[in-house]
Amino acid sequence: MSESPLEGKSLGEGSFESYLFGFIASLLLTLTSFFLVSEQLLTTNFVDPLIIGLAVIQMVAQVVFFLHLGNESSPRWNLQLFLFMMMVVVIVVFGSIWIMNHLNYNTMPMERTMK
Amino acid sequence: MNDLFGKLDIRAFQHDAIENSVGVVIALTSLIIIGFVTYHGRWKWLWKEWITSLDPKRIGVMYLIVVLLMLFKGVMDAVMMRAQLAMAVGDTAGFLGAAHFQQVFSAHGTTMIFFVGMGAIFATMNFVVPLQIGARDVAFPFLNSLSFWLFAVSAALVNVSMFVGEFSATGWLAYPPLSGIEYSPGVGVDYWIWVLQISGVSSLLSGINFLVTILKMRAPGMTLMRMPIFIWSIFGALVLIVVAFPILTATLALLALDRVLGMHFFTSAAGGNPMMYINLIWAWGHPEVYILVLPAFGIFSEIVSTFSQKKLFGYTSMVWALMIITFLSFVVWLHHFFTMGAGANVNAFFGIMTVLIAVPTGVKVFNWLFTMRQGKIHLSTPMLWFLAFIFIFSTGGMTGVLLSIPPADFQLHNSLFLIAHFHSMVIGGVLFGIFAGLSYWFPKFTGFKLDERLGRYAFWCWFIGFLLAFMPLYALGLMGATRRLDHYEVHAWQPLYMIAAAGVPFIIVGIILQNLQILVGYKNRKTDSAIMGDSWNGRTLEWSTSSPPPPYNFAIIPHVGERDPFWAVKEGNEKPEHRKYEDIMMPRNTSFGFWIAGFAFLIGFAIIWHIWWFGLLCLATLLTLVIIRTWGGMDEEVITAEEVKNIEEKGFNRWQQS
Amino acid sequence: MAAELAEHAHPEHDREVFERTIFGFWMYLMSDCVLFGTLFATYAVLQDSLAGGPSGKELFNLPYALLETLILLTSSFTSGLAMLSAHKKNLLRTILYFAITFILGASFLTLEINEFSHMVQEGNSWQRSAFLSSYFTLVSTHGLHITVGLLWMTVMMAQVLVRGFLPETLKRLTCLCLFWHFLDIVWIFIFTFVYLMGVT
Repeated sequence: MSESPLEGKSLGEGSFESYLFGFIASLLLTLTSFFLVSEQLLTTNFVDPLIIGLAVIQMVAQVVFFLHLGNESSPRWNLQLFLFMMMVVVIVVFGSIWIMNHLNYNTMPMERTMK
Repeated sequence: MNDLFGKLDIRAFQHDAIENSVGVVIALTSLIIIGFVTYHGRWKWLWKEWITSLDPKRIGVMYLIVVLLMLFKGVMDAVMMRAQLAMAVGDTAGFLGAAHFQQVFSAHGTTMIFFVGMGAIFATMNFVVPLQIGARDVAFPFLNSLSFWLFAVSAALVNVSMFVGEFSATGWLAYPPLSGIEYSPGVGVDYWIWVLQISGVSSLLSGINFLVTILKMRAPGMTLMRMPIFIWSIFGALVLIVVAFPILTATLALLALDRVLGMHFFTSAAGGNPMMYINLIWAWGHPEVYILVLPAFGIFSEIVSTFSQKKLFGYTSMVWALMIITFLSFVVWLHHFFTMGAGANVNAFFGIMTVLIAVPTGVKVFNWLFTMRQGKIHLSTPMLWFLAFIFIFSTGGMTGVLLSIPPADFQLHNSLFLIAHFHSMVIGGVLFGIFAGLSYWFPKFTGFKLDERLGRYAFWCWFIGFLLAFMPLYALGLMGATRRLDHYEVHAWQPLYMIAAAGVPFIIVGIILQNLQILVGYKNRKTDSAIMGDSWNGRTLEWSTSSPPPPYNFAIIPHVGERDPFWAVKEGNEKPEHRKYEDIMMPRNTSFGFWIAGFAFLIGFAIIWHIWWFGLLCLATLLTLVIIRTWGGMDEEVITAEEVKNIEEKGFNRWQQS
Repeated sequence: MAAELAEHAHPEHDREVFERTIFGFWMYLMSDCVLFGTLFATYAVLQDSLAGGPSGKELFNLPYALLETLILLTSSFTSGLAMLSAHKKNLLRTILYFAITFILGASFLTLEINEFSHMVQEGNSWQRSAFLSSYFTLVSTHGLHITVGLLWMTVMMAQVLVRGFLPETLKRLTCLCLFWHFLDIVWIFIFTFVYLMGVT
């Protein structure tokens, strides 16, 4: 039986170990976030940034262990594109929240006087 | 409401006199084209050689044809607006009622940005990019064909709105709540949404296609820093397309959900927030204007260098400038709505970021001028367009910096001053870039040059026409005239509006001359295509092929040792290679792109008119076509080494004729 | 079959095509991330616009959401195992793992549709408030992607059965698995921002 002509590392080519590790890591991270919230172990101010952090870590885990990002050789376009995209998403999401909060504050006087 | 036909009934076909006249013009134009093709018996040829073609050179030409048709439509909209405003003061109502005027300016903006601007960019990309990087094709040839047909089909949908129903009357960006179902219950906004969704998918697919092409298919030896600067400018635009267009897709989908499923994203009730639409649409909208202008910058870089017979000054700083502009275009979008009330801190941040973007742009202008210094300058038509660009874009750019100061913008937002500013950018920058690129690369894709004398006359008509049509608008804006007015009371404004209207005949004559250029050029064409190969004593790889190039572009993929590789070969720095001809695999023509796009058109039409069963049926068909197309292997055919040898030795033109 | 095998006598060409396709598909996934990002931004801005209706706290069932999350995560894992089997050209295992992935994915969808229909029946549909519009749209867009993934998976299983493990089949399976993994990553953020943070 001939070998697959697709040898060498790329996205979507991994090992059993990487999938297993990624799975277990994600499982643990998910359960941790869940129990932090369901058991109300911490106040909202602490819990929110913490579970966001855990989500980001899980994303990195899955991107590395399931998607095999970072395995490619230079010039690493996949990684650069990923980082650029993340930057844009962060700008759009947090920029929108910043802008809309200010707009809401400045343009809804009724709510302010009612508070 | 009839379940079989949704909202569609006889009233959709009933129009008034003005709408009917537009419909008649579109119908007549279509009939003339169809008649012309039938008379010459060319349908089979059209199908085999063009409609089913996956050759980016052919696809580029087809994009251009759609662009020119839509340019005509957009200019007619402009003519109507200028004529109306020259007369509609005080007691005179003019000939266009308010409702029509609103449809006209909405169609004008939508057509010009999405069909002329974006279309011309994709036309240029298709034609120039593979040739300039020494490649034979794009990364995904079938996707390329699909992109074109989706684009063509969305242009068709805009035109269909003139016959069946109506087009949007809410501006080229359709702000809610006006564009919501409550205040725009007709189908106009729905046409607008689905036209943009279909062409948006087309743009995104092309963005991905060409980005992979540039990053993965450059000729051996062409490192990033040896790429023509035009390719760098396209690279910037493509990154913006891939990352910004999804914002448009999502935002339009939310508006559609409000309209069709009664959701409350942007409604005035139930917690909706129309300002969020404006925020999101401009988060896309600002990158969009850079998508339009970066390729123009690239075109001018090529032209200045070629027509000064000098390498581009400051290549590295040009690349940096392009990349900085690409990045900065993501952090300025609020300057489109300073007056919406985000407060001083937010406005200040975005104002400062906007001012910053002028810096790399300025670097580019100086680099172009330094390129000209001590060069052997040839003032051919492309160079004339460049010089007009420098003047209009710089002055218009300065008004942009003025507008970026929030307190100034509070006075000038949505005034004619703003209109003058962005038309300086879009006409002086994007459109003149397109015209320059057209004159420059025309001989490459047709084998003959445009008539130079008519080209110069056309240029002067456009330049004078532009100045007449838009300089008065700066004054009018400062005097308080706002945009989208169909009628005004201040008599003092009328003389300025009339000067603006006087620009129109100049532009019309310019367009006529541009078309004549093609006909006269064709009549006078020389038949020796070898000379036509290097029409302008060019510097980059596309000029090393015949005009038009053979389907595979390069019989032997060149090896690149430095920037301006063709110039290097001509100067004797690089030896042209004499390797053996080999078999070349090229993708086979297919009609799947055409059919898939056709069904996308029908789905759009079905959603607009709420004909749900039909929409679902077409969706199922579309999915089936996609599955069939993607079931099998690569659909390629071989051009044998023998055939390649034949073509190269005979010259592609004569081989075609034999 | 012989003709097709003969076509693939150019492994270098196949490798180039494979890499370009994966790269292009990755780019599409990046664009899809921005699409979801826009929906997340909208949710973030509108999540407190209740219009007198219920908030996430009153509507969301955390253990239920956890179940959905674990099902989807497992399916992401099994799709990886399917890919490994495909590279080893093991037909039985490939089909088996994809079938498990499919079943898990379909279960996920069923649970989600069930959750939605309860909300609608109680009068808390997407028409009630901006918050609910954002919630339904964000989660349904993900669900729609899952549906497309399931359809694609069915087509690919058929393709593997009929055509075997040709280079273009492996190429498409790779894209499918990238897509499936990506959907689980998006879900991490839905679980966190919508469900977990909605309840705190």
